[in-house]
Amino acid sequence: MINRSVCRFLPQTFDKILIANRGEIACRVIKTCKKMGIKTVAVHSDVDSSAVHVKMADEAVCVGPAPTNKSYLNMDAIMDAIRATGAQAVHPGYGFLSENKEFAKRLAAEDVTFIGPDTHAIQAMGDKIESKLIAKAAQVNTIPGFDGVVKTAEEAVKIAQDIGYPVMIKASAGGGGKGMRISWNDEETREGFRFSSQEAASSFGDDRLLIEKYIDNPRHIEIQVLADKHGNALWLNERECSIQRRNQKVVEEAPSTFLDPTTRRAMGEQAVQLAKAVQYSSAGTVEFLVDSNRNFYFLEMNTRLQVEHPITECITGLDLVEQMIRVAKGYQLKHKQEDIPINGWAIESRVYAEDPYKSFGLPSIGRLSQYQEPINLSKVRVDSGIQEGSDISIYYDPMISKLVTYGATRAEALARMEDALDNYVIRGVTHNIPLLREIITHPRFISGDISTNFLPEVYPDGFKGHQLEADKRRELLASAAALYITTQLRSQKVLGSLRVPSSPIECNHWELCVELGEGHHSMEVTKSGNVYTVEVDGGKVEVSGQWNLASPLLPLTINGTDRMLQFKLRVLSKLAAELNSYMPEKVPEDTSSILRSPMPGTVVAVSVKPGDTVAEGQEICVIEAMKMQNSLTASTPQCAVHYVPHSPHSHTFIH
Amino acid sequence: AVRARPPLAPVKHGAVAAAVPQTNLRRDCRWYSVSHLSVKERIDKKRTAALVGGGQKRIDAQHKRGKLTARERVELLLDPESFVESDMFVEHRCSDFGMEQDSNKVTGRTHASDLCNIMDQAMTVGAPVIGLNDSGGARIQEGVESLAGYADIFLRNVLASGVVPQISLIMGPCAGGAVYSPALTDFTFMVKDTSYLFITGPDVVKSVTNEDVTQEELGGAKTHTTVSGVAHHAFENDVEALLNMREFFNFLPLSNQDPAPIRESHDPSDRLVPSLDTIVPFETTKAYDMLDIIQTIVDERDFFEIMPNYAKNIVVGFARMNGRTVGIVGNQPKVASGCLDINSSVKGARFVRFCDAFNIPIITFVDVPGFLPGTAQEYGGIIRHGAKLLYAFAEATVPKITVITRKAYGGAYDVMSSKHLRGDVNYAWPSAEVAVMGAKGAVQIIFRGKENQAEAEAEYVEKFANPFPAAVRGFVDDIIEPSTTRKKICRDLEVLASKKQVNPWKKHANIPL
Repeated sequence: MINRSVCRFLPQTFDKILIANRGEIACRVIKTCKKMGIKTVAVHSDVDSSAVHVKMADEAVCVGPAPTNKSYLNMDAIMDAIRATGAQAVHPGYGFLSENKEFAKRLAAEDVTFIGPDTHAIQAMGDKIESKLIAKAAQVNTIPGFDGVVKTAEEAVKIAQDIGYPVMIKASAGGGGKGMRISWNDEETREGFRFSSQEAASSFGDDRLLIEKYIDNPRHIEIQVLADKHGNALWLNERECSIQRRNQKVVEEAPSTFLDPTTRRAMGEQAVQLAKAVQYSSAGTVEFLVDSNRNFYFLEMNTRLQVEHPITECITGLDLVEQMIRVAKGYQLKHKQEDIPINGWAIESRVYAEDPYKSFGLPSIGRLSQYQEPINLSKVRVDSGIQEGSDISIYYDPMISKLVTYGATRAEALARMEDALDNYVIRGVTHNIPLLREIITHPRFISGDISTNFLPEVYPDGFKGHQLEADKRRELLASAAALYITTQLRSQKVLGSLRVPSSPIECNHWELCVELGEGHHSMEVTKSGNVYTVEVDGGKVEVSGQWNLASPLLPLTINGTDRMLQFKLRVLSKLAAELNSYMPEKVPEDTSSILRSPMPGTVVAVSVKPGDTVAEGQEICVIEAMKMQNSLTASTPQCAVHYVPHSPHSHTFIH
Repeated sequence: AVRARPPLAPVKHGAVAAAVPQTNLRRDCRWYSVSHLSVKERIDKKRTAALVGGGQKRIDAQHKRGKLTARERVELLLDPESFVESDMFVEHRCSDFGMEQDSNKVTGRTHASDLCNIMDQAMTVGAPVIGLNDSGGARIQEGVESLAGYADIFLRNVLASGVVPQISLIMGPCAGGAVYSPALTDFTFMVKDTSYLFITGPDVVKSVTNEDVTQEELGGAKTHTTVSGVAHHAFENDVEALLNMREFFNFLPLSNQDPAPIRESHDPSDRLVPSLDTIVPFETTKAYDMLDIIQTIVDERDFFEIMPNYAKNIVVGFARMNGRTVGIVGNQPKVASGCLDINSSVKGARFVRFCDAFNIPIITFVDVPGFLPGTAQEYGGIIRHGAKLLYAFAEATVPKITVITRKAYGGAYDVMSSKHLRGDVNYAWPSAEVAVMGAKGAVQIIFRGKENQAEAEAEYVEKFANPFPAAVRGFVDDIIEPSTTRKKICRDLEVLASKKQVNPWKKHANIPL
């Protein structure tokens, strides 16, 4: 009853929607459903039984054990859940079954609405080869490449040679950058073929591949389209998604700094032509590669809601999930192309549980022992499906959240993003916030001079963390010293009745030493009132703040500037630091003869057996984690294999 | 950090005076006397000499070994200037033997008497005793006198036990009779790679039992913190150990006459912890980490774990709730399902008794499937050792708050600070299962050989594997939302602060040792 009254201005759509997904996107869809007065059904694997999306939904059904092919990809179980709950429609989110035509067919057979495009559009666009043919026919610019099925490695090599290196190899059925490999020679093509076909088989049950010309130094810019079942289609402007690592997006923004209105319009119109060519309905994304001369080439069309859709929502004011639900119910689009604005600027950072110091991000797992989103800040949107205490497991995508900030200008949105990243508290897993912050404050990014090669170009030796300038370092050191003294002074504040009267020694001058990286910094601190004055590295810093020693966030005023700090530094008194210099360095155990997986995962293939002698660089085994396959190779020349793992999940062994 | 507290009396095993080689002093003295220095000047000279200790050469030698000198250790342990060394002018009597004098060896009667003086004083004023041990054992040359010296110290340790907290920090070899002093104290901490504790060293071991063993294997920090359970914590080096000691000291009351200290707290006492609502897995067989629960409930995630690497199926340690020191005991489902066995029972019992002796409230988190079965345990005397934990909880008169997070089965339920053992407040989470045993085992016994075991099991779960049977009988006071646990415990501790409970008069109790 309440729902009805809330939504009396919204058109009647569905009574109950099942969301065939998990994590942030499931939560995202549920939010709009709630707004529209629609009841929601969550599905979940057994390990997700207390996940946020399960708690948010009105009903929840367990569809199987943790591995995705037994739960979130388990169509039988999901169909059962639909029948059991009487859901009238299914929103698939992204990934999983979102672009699975078989699933869409089965829903149609049972008269359940699939909130997405029709089966034929999924089929046409889901197949990378077919989609290019259709795009060509619809007069959309396409990349030179091979449109066909590749059966053997040698065939792949021949095709690659015909197109001319570099080429890109990926699974036909796969979306996004997953499973995409770039090859510069025949050897890499063979390897790429092997990995891509294996990944294609394990993720999609379809080992067809696509090989095409690889455009060097491109930008990845995509157009959001929205179409209804009555032949109307709109383009909702672009999203710039060039900041990628291993072909997965990290930072996105809308609009793009690179497009001029003419190019934008041309891209938008071609995207709409393509949508119309396949009688597309619902929200979809047409991805383009844009070269430095603003030539754009059709890459693929994603027939689903895209991860980075929030930034489009921010600048257009549309709720894409709401539009998808309306369209699925058969309503006409409410908007005309001229109604679609670009209001301000929006940036999205994908916050991942991964170690940014290893290849810009290798998955890490663990329990979020502390977790606090910066949602108290204005014009910040956080789409997440986890909370404090949630586990990031090897089974699913390691994304923690999508952090979106917006503002009237790009500079404003960027400033907010910096603030939001500083206010984000994540403990228990390694996360990529240091990298995100580094990207959005990098001069090249700020100037808009980016391409998909941004990360490897800016950090050719990998990301090494933020390099502090002298004054910033002083500020950090001074804050650490002030925090240390505050903590020490607090220990003196023993409450209650002490047998011996407490008379803290009045002291307002300290000599300390802070360890930062490899360096030690001596400093002198004086306190007067609430202000600490710290002399360090030849400079003077004044620090004051409301010290809450229980909070992971430390809002401080440093030399008159407000800053939000989170850090962990070792501070020693002068005496302790002096004595510490006598302490012996403990030599870590020599582990060079042990091959350790860089991340937790499942061993999917072992290429050696005990007793084998392997050469440096030879593949030992293949680890799969979060749908990525990684080859582990021997690091020392000429060694014998002593032990190989037998069971999946084991991830260390000696050779 | 300890500035606001009255000065503690450090027991300087090998008080710095020991470091002054007799010969130098004598020569200096002689020199002073011919120079006709005033008495004050002579005192000053001597004081300087004492401060330098065994001379720069010896200091360097000690540093080379990765160790600090006794004086440096004491300086770091205490705040600068808060420490006045007693008996600075006591000279070592035994250096005439020409033995290599280590600057920090407990080497004889003289020092034993130093120690005894200090310990007597500590007990008189009610101040904790911290011993920094670095001793090679009895000096054979000193003969029976050194044995007497040990015994004098042991007696003080025993008399001070339960009166003032006693902590030993082992910072070098500690062999022979000397080991019994740390063994008698409440907590023994070790420094990795440089400290050893053993009755007899590897050479003697070899000659007696023909075993080849290194010092490290025989009595290093790793051995004692993981295998023997002799030591309660190991630290990387001297500096780490001493800084941690200061942190640790802040948890402790000064004596058995003092309340548990309350530090200013910035962590709201009514803070809700939503993550606890989902921490216990849906499947009762699945493990979770009890440390996650403890850390989110206590102030500022600050938990000083005692024996973190020994008998890991039970977690014990100190934390604060709304600023007040509490002792935490929790079964650890992650290790051996959190069952109670010989080692975990003894570990828990000793900790509980320390808390009780020093007025520290005890918070117990229960997820225990029972006592570990098997011949190893029975032959080892699990009955006797398990009884220790039962005994300790039962005799404790400090505030006792218990939270049953999941399993509380059988006798182990009784043991873990149950209502029946005078638990003041006993809570159950909705996931709690208070029963004689798990469903599967129970059904196998009750319905032995019968069919429909699965059905019976489901019925058992419905009837017994939940907190209700215990709640209706008053064995748990309330079934609470896990997220409110911190708030409730903080409030209860306020109320229980004035708890007074006295056990019947006795000369002393007779715990099943």
